[in-house]
Amino acid sequence: MTWFILRRCGAAVMVLLLGSVLIFLGVRALPGDPAVVMAGEDASPALVAAIREEYGLDQPLPVQYVEYLRQTLSGNLGRSTQDQLPVTTILAERLPVTLELTALAMLVAITVGVLAGIVAAVRRGRLADYVATGFGLAGLSVPPFWLGLLAILLFSVTLRWLPASGYVPFTEDPVGNLQRMVLPTLVLGMGFAAVLMRQTRSAMLSALSADYIRTARSKGLPERAVVGVHALRNSLTTVVTVLGLQLGALISGAVVTEQIFVIPGFGKLTVDAVLTRNYPVIQAVVLVTVTAYVVINLLVDIAYAFLNPRIRLSGASHG
Amino acid sequence: MSLLDVTDLTVGFDTEDGHVHAVKEISFSLEEGEILALCGESGCGKTVTAMAVPRLLPPHTTRLSGSIRLGGRELTTLPEPLMRQVRGSEVSVVFQEPMTSLNPSFTVGFQIAEVLRRHENLSRAAARGRAVELLELVGIPAPAQRIKEYPHQLSGGMRQRVMIAIAVACSPRVLIADEPTTALDVTIQAGVLDVFRDLRDRLGTAIILITHDLGVVADIADRAVVMYAGRAAEQAPVEELFARPRHPYTLGLMRALPAAAVAGPAGRRRLAEIPGMVPSPLTDPDGCAFHARCPRRQDDCLAARPPLVRHGPAHLAACFHPGHPGEQP
Ligand SMILES: Nc1ncnc2c1ncn2[C@@H]1O[C@H](COP(=O)(O)OP(=O)(O)OP(=O)(O)O)[C@@H](O)[C@H]1O
Ligand code: SF4
Ligand SMILES: [Mg+2]
Repeated sequence: MTWFILRRCGAAVMVLLLGSVLIFLGVRALPGDPAVVMAGEDASPALVAAIREEYGLDQPLPVQYVEYLRQTLSGNLGRSTQDQLPVTTILAERLPVTLELTALAMLVAITVGVLAGIVAAVRRGRLADYVATGFGLAGLSVPPFWLGLLAILLFSVTLRWLPASGYVPFTEDPVGNLQRMVLPTLVLGMGFAAVLMRQTRSAMLSALSADYIRTARSKGLPERAVVGVHALRNSLTTVVTVLGLQLGALISGAVVTEQIFVIPGFGKLTVDAVLTRNYPVIQAVVLVTVTAYVVINLLVDIAYAFLNPRIRLSGASHG
Repeated sequence: MSLLDVTDLTVGFDTEDGHVHAVKEISFSLEEGEILALCGESGCGKTVTAMAVPRLLPPHTTRLSGSIRLGGRELTTLPEPLMRQVRGSEVSVVFQEPMTSLNPSFTVGFQIAEVLRRHENLSRAAARGRAVELLELVGIPAPAQRIKEYPHQLSGGMRQRVMIAIAVACSPRVLIADEPTTALDVTIQAGVLDVFRDLRDRLGTAIILITHDLGVVADIADRAVVMYAGRAAEQAPVEELFARPRHPYTLGLMRALPAAAVAGPAGRRRLAEIPGMVPSPLTDPDGCAFHARCPRRQDDCLAARPPLVRHGPAHLAACFHPGHPGEQP
């Protein structure tokens, strides 16, 4: 298992390095002087010169790349062309917002989706199954922005239960923070809950018809152990795989959700940076996204191996 | 009253194709320490008959009637929570499919310990210790090592023996073993039969042994029920059955056995093919179900269903024109 994890980590580092090369080349492939690109179109000549100096932009590309890597690793991602703030400062402000949103959405989606999937499978062909499957279908076919607008209309405008938009940090006003997070979380989580529900249901149905389930029953185990231990354990690999596959959708879903609810998170930062051609920020945003992708995929791989003894043990015995 | 009394057991399944008549009016009883063989060709209802006892048939599609009494207690109507206390502890099962009957996600040790913790309230450590002993009992080398392994690391024969270890863990009163030796090498087969014999001798466990292998029947069983198309064709103590088979189906099975194999060393002695078709389980015709394949059939065989008739002490056969007692198979 240790070997397996080390190998996967090594692969992840390789992917990240490759990603950093592409990001590095991306900005330099843009037409025009990279120093001007990074300083912003109407920056002063002094600033352009300073940036050319700071990044060694008159050096050959490999030297520049090493310098870029060194700066990135030491936490220097450049300055925003909009307000000259360090990009790291901006990220430190925006990233936690998005992390909170996605974490809450995942939490809700996993809880609701997996539980509903189990119930639907156990009560197959009965009312609970139809209700869960119906909601699953709805959750998949309703576009999140429409759902978001509907939710704002109902809960904020008509019922006035929840604020329509905006964000306050949890540390400043925990209740206000959670109140504002309810709708975005549900809007972002709904689609995942639906996907998870469907996949859990089908994985559980196939697990429940397996021979080892009959063995578990023949031991006199109570049904909650038969379902919750024997069947669920074999369905979890599916759940983990689905989570991994849904990652891209989660990131793009977060961008859309932040736009709808005017949440000053990472998604909104991305959209704003693209609209204003704020290249240092774009560079950083892509880097963070790639890193998030690689890290979460790594975690999914490890979780998958952990759940599946075949993979875990073969990884351990011959490297 | 015997340890287990099965009376007029009839089991059907509702399927998309119609009602499957799997088992019809089977009756048998099992004494403490007795080994009863259920034999007959594929699809004749052996597994369904046996799985009806611990109520492991699919609950929604199964239609069951008749009575199953264990130590005088009716199992067919026992509330499910009480039935769960019977399963694994009083009645346990070794399934026909050794490759898929263990859960791939848990260690062998966990799967053995689980049944001990459920019924004997053992601590984790104590259950683990017992699991090692049980693996040793079923002849698995290096058991302390093996309990940490997963099913995919074991061969089919090993898995089958793990299943047997699980089944015997709580010293059941009735052990159902469905083709327990089919997946095993001949040498290991003998060892497994020894485990059963030992269990019977030490604890008085009664065993329902389902097998295709007449050699195994002759070797270990006290009594046998020969099934055909869901019904008992013949039922007798094993020596009596081998010496004086009466039903033409049984006669055919024995005649098809190479004499050398019956007498000789262990080999694969499967029920031989008898030419002809088994009637579809979707129908339940009135006449004798063996009619189409029977060398002794006469006109009256289709008019009514032959009832089980006594041909000697504890010897029953369902045939209008049975073979003569002196007739050699
Ligand atoms: N769950 C079920 N639903 C519908 N039909 C079933 C079910 N289980 C068994 N049957 C049918 O009942 C009949 C008896 O099956 P059973 O498994 O008892 O045969 P068997 O004697 O054990 O055969 P084998 O030697 O191949 O194991 C077969 O026709 C089978 O198709
Ligand atoms: S009743 Fe007739 S057909 Fe049936 S087994 Fe006996 S002789 Fe054959
Ligand atoms: Mg069978």
